[in-house]
Amino acid sequence: MANTIAPNNPAENSAPRQADVRTEEMLVNMGPQHPSTHGVLRVVLRTDGEMVLESVPHIGYLHRCAEKIGENVAPYQYVPYTDRMDYLAGMNNNQAFALAVEKLTGLEVPERAKYIRVMFSELNRIASHLVAIGTYGLDMGAFTPFLYCFREREMLLDLFESACGARLTYSYITIGGVTDDLPENFVDVCSEFLDYFEPKIDDYNNLLSYNHIFVKRTGNVGVVSAEDAIRFGLSGPVLRGSGVKFDLRKAKPYEIYDRFDFDVPVGLPGGTAEIPRGVVVGDCWSRYYVRVKEMVESVKIIRQCLRDIPDADEKEGVCNKKCKTVKLPDDEVYMEIENPRGQLGFYVKGDGSAIPARVKARGPSFCNLCVLEYAGKNCLLADIPAIIGSMDVVMGEVDR
Amino acid sequence: MSFEEICQVLKSQFGDAIEETAVDSCRPFVTINADKWSEVAAFLRNDDRMAFDFLQCISAIDLLAEDKLACVYDLAAISPVSSTQDMTYLRELAVRVVTDRNAPQIPSVAHVWAAADWHEREAFDMMGIDFPGHPNLERILCPDDWVGYPLRKDYAHPLEYHGIPGTTEHELKSPRH
Amino acid sequence: MTQFSVPWKQSPPLEHRGPARGVVALARFVYSAAAPIVSRFPGLILTSAIVFSTLAVWIHWELFSYLETIAASDLNGTAKSIWGQSLTVGEIGAYLQSNSVAAGGVLKYLLWPLQMELFRDIVGLAAIFQLFNLIPVYAIWWERKVAGRIQSRMGPMRVGGWHGWAQSFADGVKLVAKEDLVPAQADGMLFKIAPYLAFVPSLLAFLCFPLGSYWVFRNVDVALIFIIAMVGIEVVGVIVAGWASNNKWSVYGAMREACQMVSYEIPMTTVLLVPIMTAGTLNMVQIGDAQSGGWFTWNAFHNPFTFIAFITYYIASLANCKRAPFDLPESESELVAGFHTEYSGFRWSLFFFAEYAAMFVVSGLAVTLFLGAWHTPLPSTWAFEETSLFKILLNGILFSSPFWFIFKCFIFIYIQLWIRWTLPRIRIDQVLYSCVQVMFPIACVALVGHAVWMVLLDGSMFSTLIRWVLGLIFAAVTFGFLSVAAFGYRNGRRMVGYLAVKQLPGS
Repeated sequence: MANTIAPNNPAENSAPRQADVRTEEMLVNMGPQHPSTHGVLRVVLRTDGEMVLESVPHIGYLHRCAEKIGENVAPYQYVPYTDRMDYLAGMNNNQAFALAVEKLTGLEVPERAKYIRVMFSELNRIASHLVAIGTYGLDMGAFTPFLYCFREREMLLDLFESACGARLTYSYITIGGVTDDLPENFVDVCSEFLDYFEPKIDDYNNLLSYNHIFVKRTGNVGVVSAEDAIRFGLSGPVLRGSGVKFDLRKAKPYEIYDRFDFDVPVGLPGGTAEIPRGVVVGDCWSRYYVRVKEMVESVKIIRQCLRDIPDADEKEGVCNKKCKTVKLPDDEVYMEIENPRGQLGFYVKGDGSAIPARVKARGPSFCNLCVLEYAGKNCLLADIPAIIGSMDVVMGEVDR
Repeated sequence: MSFEEICQVLKSQFGDAIEETAVDSCRPFVTINADKWSEVAAFLRNDDRMAFDFLQCISAIDLLAEDKLACVYDLAAISPVSSTQDMTYLRELAVRVVTDRNAPQIPSVAHVWAAADWHEREAFDMMGIDFPGHPNLERILCPDDWVGYPLRKDYAHPLEYHGIPGTTEHELKSPRH
Repeated sequence: MTQFSVPWKQSPPLEHRGPARGVVALARFVYSAAAPIVSRFPGLILTSAIVFSTLAVWIHWELFSYLETIAASDLNGTAKSIWGQSLTVGEIGAYLQSNSVAAGGVLKYLLWPLQMELFRDIVGLAAIFQLFNLIPVYAIWWERKVAGRIQSRMGPMRVGGWHGWAQSFADGVKLVAKEDLVPAQADGMLFKIAPYLAFVPSLLAFLCFPLGSYWVFRNVDVALIFIIAMVGIEVVGVIVAGWASNNKWSVYGAMREACQMVSYEIPMTTVLLVPIMTAGTLNMVQIGDAQSGGWFTWNAFHNPFTFIAFITYYIASLANCKRAPFDLPESESELVAGFHTEYSGFRWSLFFFAEYAAMFVVSGLAVTLFLGAWHTPLPSTWAFEETSLFKILLNGILFSSPFWFIFKCFIFIYIQLWIRWTLPRIRIDQVLYSCVQVMFPIACVALVGHAVWMVLLDGSMFSTLIRWVLGLIFAAVTFGFLSVAAFGYRNGRRMVGYLAVKQLPGS
């Protein structure tokens, strides 16, 4: 990364500069309508030629009052709003809110529903990472991996459709369980998909991850150290890309994650057989590659789910019968889960009625995006899409 | 370190700055006086026994019945950093800081946890809580010239913003609420 | 549908005014007249179009060659080119009569206009302009098909029936009929002029571009210099477009283009000196004809340095016509659309014409200078003795003709597309690094090495051996690619995505 030009502040103007090729500075408005801002993010860049001296993100273009709505509807009615937040990971968002409400009210979840929930949140993690990886290639100018990823994602969406009828905003995982039981041959189809999908990950690696130009574009770009990552409250692949082996599924197992055997991938220094030269811990490539590795781990978890899932119980069903009549106690709860983008937290405060007094979502994209101001300094203009893409923000969740 | 032990340490350190410890809650929290919050936050972050280095979330809440506003800080300690061992939460703590509803002010902790920067801006935008000491306290989700604080319980939705109607003709004729 | 009353003012639907209205009316008329036929016999129409255009080219080739042959025999070997010097109608008639061609008298008067330079120029220009228009149209359609295949999808499938072959024509009609937008804050005059500044130089490059020994509009002695100048001057149009748009992204695109073009001209022209040294001339026709002895006499296999020069030229030419991975001036993920962000409709399409024509020109340069121009891989000494019209025709098809030239050019355009849809884009500092620190030194080494080789080793046994080795390597690589392509064609036809779909309930 060309770090030779210091940011322009009055104190440094008199100091000798390493590269004195500065020209007039220019403010460039990137977004909210820009192809690589993944929605309606607006970043104001202070540039000197191709150098970006400062980048300030502005958000709020997709604000849809989701938290205010949460104070007006019952929890089971609010579930459809949660999957409109992070629309690429609807299952995980449903799960987070459902878990928060269940923890607050003490609702029991049937055993089979727990397995279904874990399975679908992991499937959705794969689907979400496929979009992240594909669009990241798109940001780098590689068009083709994007369509390969969407090809596989399409099959996942078929699986979701077979279970709940929806392809994007599922509302499948709901308070007290899941809305419907699995379709008849789901286990077979799903394991067939996994058999098909696992070798495809190598394809993505060959096509994109280890592509020399791709490594040159993303290696050692937008580096965030482990300490800074924790200081900024980053989470998910962005945190793990910085070499912090922290995953809520291991750190504080919710649902039934303690029953499964899986690994938590982290960003590693380059120069080994797996990680190419030119990669450092915490750069864009590490964050990207953590997502690729996480798909492998998700496949592992889903296989274990498919193996262990208990048979349907006619009496119990897959959803707690009290889910629509439950009253929220005068108490509060904060529940987080590991979303594909990081820690998705729901703060729910009840007041004794059926409608929450306050619902607050802690969006992982919201917290991950705030590091852009810090990472997007003194880099080239072409690095800004690289950094934004590696954060993998979903603006629906940032703005809520 | 359990919640009770953390409360003990805080009480011995700050005495009456600790206003309430809600142990029986679904998620126990400790209420801290807004005037002392700045020092307590620095202590929570820097003291070796505490070392809460990870700010998970700041949730602003409107306690209309008590005529108060409050912020709930969810803190966690996850250090030491490791890239080989699975890390866990060493301890967690929820802190509630209550402030007056008419002139809400809570000292900013953006210099303690960098993550607090945007969370505090959001609380300012949505609840109108002022955070003295924040480097750049502006509205974050709403436009800069928006009137009112949308998440307050007594917020009245504007009927018009720069010529854009905030409601439809149909709703005006037959209001739902 | 329910009509909602909205408080803001609704503008009436746009109406086409001026020439656009006429174009729309004409397009509607042509479409309504042609649609029933075209949609019923699309394959037949396409096939017959191909057959007829091919036949037309053959007949022209035959006629010109015949006239050349008889002219050469009559003037004791000093041939006059039909397109070069004047053949008066009297001379033509005399040749035809002296060769006792049947219906020579009629032919004489059919060819009568050809004695006037102006008429020849008009015909030649029209032909070049048509070529210039057709190449982008088909290259765009082909690029979309190739991209689709690479990405396991189909590409355009609807317009025209067979594999969407008329897609580009439909797009063209749409682009011409679109509203001609000039941003309010833009510099209107420059904004309107810029697409032509980019378009005209690419067209001019075709003027002295030989498609065959006699297939050249103006056989200029410094043709190579002229073509490179025309390809290089296109950058002016791009800069003007970027500046006049009054858009920061456009300015970025324009500056990137300027920076990239100017720097890549240096290694590109340096390596072009290599084939010039081999042939000893700047005349493209002579350079091409010097490579007529089969594929191992092509300049690229002359010695290792020419081969390096060929590879270097091809990479530099990618940068020069801003194809991926050097497509920074219009990188959609960074600069929205680069220098043509504010353009739409017809003016936008002019940029695309210029770009695809430039692709053809740089590929054509690679073919002419390094890969045997319009000659087949077979030595031209194997050609038939030109005793009859049929044999002349056969020679034209098998041994040297515009077909071979265009075919080779399209192979290189295909490689450009292949790279475009496979590789990510590189960054501006890496672009300049690879130019100044990698390609330029390699170009210098190739130039000096070739000069030394020409002085010390040219004509020796060793040199011939190296030439054969390089030629065989090239042949092996080509064969390998063809085998892989055939294997892929046999095994890769299975549509992906069937797996989950076929078993799910309700699908």
